Amino acid sequence: MLIKLTGGRVYDPANGVDGEIRDIYVRDGKIVSPPEDGRVDQEYGLHGRIVMAGAIDPHTHIGGGKMTIGRLMLPEDHRGDPVCHTHLTRGGCGHAVPSTLTAGYRYAEMGYTACFEPAMLPANARQAHMEMADTPMVDKGAFAMLGSDDFFLRQLAAKDDIEAIKDYVAWTIHASQAIAVKVVNPGGISAFKFNQRELDLDEQHVHYGITPRDVLLTLSRSLKELGVAHPLHVHGCNLGVPGNVETTERTIAGMEGLPVHLTHIQFHSYGTEGDLKFSSGGARIAEMVNKHKNISIDVGQVLFGQTCTASGDSMRQYGNTKSANPKKWVVMDIECDAGCGVVPMKYRDKSFVNALQWAIGLELFLLIDDPWRIFLTTDHPNGAPFTCYPHLIRLLMDKGFRNDMMQKIHPDAAAASILGTLDREYTLYEIAIMTRAGPAKSLGLRDRGHLGVGAHADITVYDDNPDREAMFGTPVFVFKNGEVIVRGGKIVKVVHGDTHVARPDFDPSIEKSLRDYFSRYHTMSFDNFKLSDAEIEDGGRGGVIIQPTAARSTS
Amino acid sequence: MSAMGENADASTFENVVCPFCGLLCDDLEVERQGTDLKIRKNGCHRAVVGFERALPASKPQIAGKDVSLDEAMTAVAQMINKASLPMYGGLSTDVGGMRAALSLADRSSGVVDHAFSGAAKHNMAVLQQAGWITSTLTETRNRADLIVIAGSDIHKLHHRFFERIVCPEETMFQDGAIKRTVVFIGDGLDQSGAKGACIDEVITLPCPLEQADEVLAALLARMRGKPIASQDVAGVAVSDIEDLAKRLHEASYSVLVWAVGELKVPEPELFVHTLCETVKLLNRTTRSAGLSMGGGEGAITANSVCGWQSGYPLPVSYASGAPKYDPEFNSIDYKIASGEGDLLVWLASFTTDLEPPETSLPTIVLGTPGIKLKRQPEVFIPVGTPGIDHAGQLIRNDSVVSLPLRALLAPRHPSAAEVLSAIEAKL
Repeated sequence: MLIKLTGGRVYDPANGVDGEIRDIYVRDGKIVSPPEDGRVDQEYGLHGRIVMAGAIDPHTHIGGGKMTIGRLMLPEDHRGDPVCHTHLTRGGCGHAVPSTLTAGYRYAEMGYTACFEPAMLPANARQAHMEMADTPMVDKGAFAMLGSDDFFLRQLAAKDDIEAIKDYVAWTIHASQAIAVKVVNPGGISAFKFNQRELDLDEQHVHYGITPRDVLLTLSRSLKELGVAHPLHVHGCNLGVPGNVETTERTIAGMEGLPVHLTHIQFHSYGTEGDLKFSSGGARIAEMVNKHKNISIDVGQVLFGQTCTASGDSMRQYGNTKSANPKKWVVMDIECDAGCGVVPMKYRDKSFVNALQWAIGLELFLLIDDPWRIFLTTDHPNGAPFTCYPHLIRLLMDKGFRNDMMQKIHPDAAAASILGTLDREYTLYEIAIMTRAGPAKSLGLRDRGHLGVGAHADITVYDDNPDREAMFGTPVFVFKNGEVIVRGGKIVKVVHGDTHVARPDFDPSIEKSLRDYFSRYHTMSFDNFKLSDAEIEDGGRGGVIIQPTAARSTS
Repeated sequence: MSAMGENADASTFENVVCPFCGLLCDDLEVERQGTDLKIRKNGCHRAVVGFERALPASKPQIAGKDVSLDEAMTAVAQMINKASLPMYGGLSTDVGGMRAALSLADRSSGVVDHAFSGAAKHNMAVLQQAGWITSTLTETRNRADLIVIAGSDIHKLHHRFFERIVCPEETMFQDGAIKRTVVFIGDGLDQSGAKGACIDEVITLPCPLEQADEVLAALLARMRGKPIASQDVAGVAVSDIEDLAKRLHEASYSVLVWAVGELKVPEPELFVHTLCETVKLLNRTTRSAGLSMGGGEGAITANSVCGWQSGYPLPVSYASGAPKYDPEFNSIDYKIASGEGDLLVWLASFTTDLEPPETSLPTIVLGTPGIKLKRQPEVFIPVGTPGIDHAGQLIRNDSVVSLPLRALLAPRHPSAAEVLSAIEAKL
């Protein structure tokens, strides 16, 4: 069947299309050239409407054990947002840590068609994928967490050959069905198990003697040489600690030009000026990012209200427990692999610190020049639930609205930020880069995030509503693989997305060392650790899509 | 991994996951001879009973009479359609079975509750009121220099916990194995597992198990610097309690282990809370973690899948169309007693011991053939055992690791997931 989307204003940055009136043709789930015979089976008149590829969230905590801890811990939050079943959709709950089913529905209802879980512990990969399989509507993918796992730290401490480390990194991507690798508080999650309470960039791990800098350089180089599209996804040292702007600057400068993605950088952009010894490092970080083209970032914007922070960073999350609201929290040490910390948080606009966090995030958005290197995230649910994205987009696109919001925050925070002096308003083209083309390019999704011929027909259509919050909150149509799944912001068809993975090459002889390591120390056998394609595909909850990697190289 | 083809009559399977307790040991070697299984390596008594049992031939039945599977499922669908509040209980199944049970409960506006959630709710209450710091099996095995078995008989519950976690031949951060101290809080706990090169010392605080909470409360009080008026607490000298406090402070990584379903104290929630607060206090200066064990009959799996799909722990009611959590008033025991529930669908696919509660309400059992039943249910449908008859996944009792289950035999009966999904399709 040939479908024609007629007359919409198309924003497709991957193909350089900036608001041109274009027709789009779809056949068998993909975007195709206009048919030679001109025959069209179904037509959607989109005159006056805005057309973009389906949105892609490159960093959202939607699946895995720590999210389910958050769910189980916060019944009071769910009770405020019950979701009834319909003849199409299942019951669930929303807000800070929504049920998987509701998360899938709500992402689709906002025009998102792919979501990436950024902190999958390899030891917890099976569960993370099961949760993502129960997140309908959207495509998924996950980043395997490395850098505090004992196998890697032993390799690093023993100064193993970089090729063996690369083999292990690649093996982990295969075994956990990941598309990329994330490092969280490099070496610090392990150091916390040895009772270290902080680990700065050049501080030594008490047991292994290695530093976070060693971890970052080794992993970023490994991924580059393995040909994995997405650079090392870095949750740096000292998250949330006033003064961490300097650590972040040193991290950027210290990457020796290797590609890295610094995630939720807002939480790493804090100075120590002022009476409360808490100030914005937004301008400093933006300048560093602008200068270093090897760096991409996502913001991790804070928005006000109740949420729940959930991170692999057990060390820093333990430090954050004093701010828990409500006063309950979970910290875990996990399987000689990683850790986690789940701490509920209520960001208040009348709190100086929270208000300044809000302003710092917006400063970063507005001061970083290149929208191809900055992605729109709240680090769901750490800065705010993903359902706040339309509000965030309006803050970026509408200076008047932003200034109105600034009137409501703690006046000292407003005074301590340069936000009020920033006039930039994001364009629709830039929003399309930040929420579609940029993440797709960074993650190496060759046929997602754009509207060129051959792309999957994941397409979102909006009314050109000057209230951009309303516009992005309620798409007119969302197409997934060429089918209408959302109409007028409501689900009309339930589908299951696919799981995107990468498969970099590795020398299978690494499995010998791993098999020995598992049998000596682990409580799970090497063979059972590995997650097969069949486990993801069985049950009809979507397939596995292997995205390309470049040829492996050495330096 | 199969030494021979999995379809051959005789095969040996390695790295088999045992689904018969929450520890999910995955190093079993199981041999298949025709339709019989024999454990060749690493089977505890419970595993031998589970894998090597001879189950009676069984067919779907309505009122005790053999019927076809389709007739039985049609009858169940009709009963669910008629019910005002169907109750889906037992829930002893794998991830696939739980997904299907939740889908059916959502569709039919019923209640879901696991057979063991009456105990698990005490853990959930502590999680929801205060939270905790916990560890996992591999972390504990390699790192703990002090392990406290608190008020519950872990060796009896998990026959290989000590072998695999407490007394391994080798640990990661030392040459050979770590030297560790094991402390038992409670008289009569099976200590026979605490042996081997890595056990430095075994200490017992021999209070009656019913009073383990008093000893734990005294420990926390002393750690907080509060005085204790008497010389002993529940028969344990305060000086011994103080000695434990000192050891905990001096340990690099202590792990306090409990199994909520095995506790004999009058207020399990208070016990778990006290234990978790003790761990939190220790972490101000050193490292310490809790480790919650138990979770047999798929209890952790059921709670986790319900958690991610509905947002809540068990028990959950879908009666209003949206999931609602209430550990008291949504429990199946309460729904039976109050007369709100009018149909019981009981799912038990691992052991044959998981009996449905006694009730005169119409009862449907999806069970392991030979399951103990006090009365004949209105409908009985035999289901396969995950990890023997069909593949699947289970979540281990540290709530982190999940393991793949394999089909070791040609399926004798359909999986619970297949039956529940087919019933849903007939509604």
